[in-house]
Amino acid sequence: MQASVSIKDLSLNFGHVKVLEHLDLDIAQGEFIVLLGPSGCGKSTLLNCIAGLLDVSDGQIFINGKNVTWEEPKDRGIGMVFQSYALYPQMSVERNLSFGLRVSGMPKAEIDQRVKRAAEILQIEPLLQRKPANLSGGQRQRVAIGRALVRDVDVFLFDEPLSNLDAKLRSDLRVEIKRLHQRLKNTMIYVTHDQIEALTLADRIAIMKNGVIQQLADPHTIYNKPVNLYVAGFIGSPSMNFVEGTLNGDTFTSNDGTAMPVGAYEYIAAPTGETKVVLGIRPEHIFVGDAAADMPFKTEVEIEIVEPMGSETLAWTKIAGLPMTFRCSADIDINAGDKITVGFDIARGSLFDAGTEARL
Amino acid sequence: MADTAVHTREGAEQAARPSLLNRIFLHNLSGKIAAIPMMATVLIVFIGCTVWTIYFSFTNSRLLPTGKFVGFDQYERLFATSRWNVSVTNLVTYGVFSLVFTLGIGFLLAVLMDQKIRFESAFRTIMLYPFALSFIVTGLVWQWIMNPTLGLQGTMRNLGWESFTFDWIANPRMVLFALLIAGLWQGVGFCMVLMLAGLRGVDEEIWKAARVDGIPTWRTYVSVVLPMMRGVLVTAVVLIGSGIVRLYDLVVALTNGGPGISSEVPAKYVYNYMFGGGNIGQGLAAATMMLVTVLIIMVPWAYLEFGGRGRR
Repeated sequence: MQASVSIKDLSLNFGHVKVLEHLDLDIAQGEFIVLLGPSGCGKSTLLNCIAGLLDVSDGQIFINGKNVTWEEPKDRGIGMVFQSYALYPQMSVERNLSFGLRVSGMPKAEIDQRVKRAAEILQIEPLLQRKPANLSGGQRQRVAIGRALVRDVDVFLFDEPLSNLDAKLRSDLRVEIKRLHQRLKNTMIYVTHDQIEALTLADRIAIMKNGVIQQLADPHTIYNKPVNLYVAGFIGSPSMNFVEGTLNGDTFTSNDGTAMPVGAYEYIAAPTGETKVVLGIRPEHIFVGDAAADMPFKTEVEIEIVEPMGSETLAWTKIAGLPMTFRCSADIDINAGDKITVGFDIARGSLFDAGTEARL
Repeated sequence: MADTAVHTREGAEQAARPSLLNRIFLHNLSGKIAAIPMMATVLIVFIGCTVWTIYFSFTNSRLLPTGKFVGFDQYERLFATSRWNVSVTNLVTYGVFSLVFTLGIGFLLAVLMDQKIRFESAFRTIMLYPFALSFIVTGLVWQWIMNPTLGLQGTMRNLGWESFTFDWIANPRMVLFALLIAGLWQGVGFCMVLMLAGLRGVDEEIWKAARVDGIPTWRTYVSVVLPMMRGVLVTAVVLIGSGIVRLYDLVVALTNGGPGISSEVPAKYVYNYMFGGGNIGQGLAAATMMLVTVLIIMVPWAYLEFGGRGRR
């Protein structure tokens, strides 16, 4: 199948600062891609390059098989939604939606029909005659999405569209966007720094750092099989626990001498001999009580802090002399100072080479 | 909000009438004391002097404001004086051109400055520089430049271009445009800086959205950015407008009302009659007419801008 958006060897420099370096990305028709990373990692820059709002220094961009590297944004077949909504404040919602089409000289009947359809999909029909100043944040963002919708394009670009909204609206609109994607089946590229948005929305997530894509995979793989230490630490809240140590055959020995069996860990390439490694284990993969008894590695720990979160409980403790968090059911009664047995299976965790920081 | 409002009303009813005086004078006393100088200024200088002006415009005062009441005599004389009528026509012509060109050129320059050019701050300083000069200096400089024998025309003719003519300052029909050139030279830079500040206030993402929508740059400026700059435009119009109404020193320095009376303006008329002609009654009548004209323009605008409840 032909790629919807294809980026080949893309580089972008601002003077001597390299923002994007030799970046390749292929996005399939109808795919929802999330570009995820901390501020300054180049994710918004990449999106602006795809939109044509920034001129690239090197490389090519194809949309629907057409080389659009030097095309104007309007000729690329894209619609874009911005963090600040970027609505035209002096125009009514209806004019906001139709302005671009009017300027392009489209027949009035066609414009009306498209505006009507977009308003119906986004449920903003009662708002059409209002000015953006009289809308709530969520409504404004719907209008902004509508402005991309009426353009009837193949590719939607979202630049942190939910970051200006409060938590409740954000989760509502998140579902809304997912529903929109299921209905329209357009290709969508979505930039965010919020990992929950990324994990819930994406077909595939591209995690970026310093202008380079670290890992491009579906949310499940990203979460469970992070390709390097950076991705492992970035994804997950609370973040993954890390233990430094050495790996020798089937045994991992932490720096303070605690030995743990590696068990059925699926290596990409099993190292030979003694290797310095970092073990990463997610808080929900550390078990307590009966479940801990079945685990290959068990130890007795003292609970330091307990954070009840309602649906679950987060506990802070020390394993192998290092601070660790683990998650357990809210039904289990644990308190600070308790001594309990916890256990985990390294096979469910991740091992990284301490030198290259790559997954083993 | 609603809760507090209800509360206050109940409280007021309980405390009843005796405390009314108390509330007027003692509530937030320090704030009221601090406001006294400004309120005194407004009452005595602005309102008091205005009333004084209007009152004596109905008298036949000459050198001193002592004359007796003569009704509308001064106004009849005023509108029978060709110098006054020429002054008013001049001011209207100058005002319209000045407003349109200052705003137009100012906006255009601001747009050009907004194109991420190099040495922007240097250009901005150059453009704003004339604003730092007084109208007297501006008038003198342009008087030299436009003087037919000494200035640009003389220079060009000396260089050999015998037919070169630039004598607006000596031409009764064109002298107003000579004033306009000097006025624009002084005022455009300031207008540009105001507009530039307004342009910079427009969110970068609005521009991006317009580009994605395929709206041409000029169209974005006209249909999106200009309407967003309403506040800046109002400020600019008020500043330019007040500059136009009190136009005086530029005329004195550049043409002194000449040739003949072809570049007279109302403010100069008022000054000449009050302090030069020893005819206070006539000068104050002219001043009152200027006030009335300004009010005729300002009152409907203020009503539209602040009058309707529930509007912005």
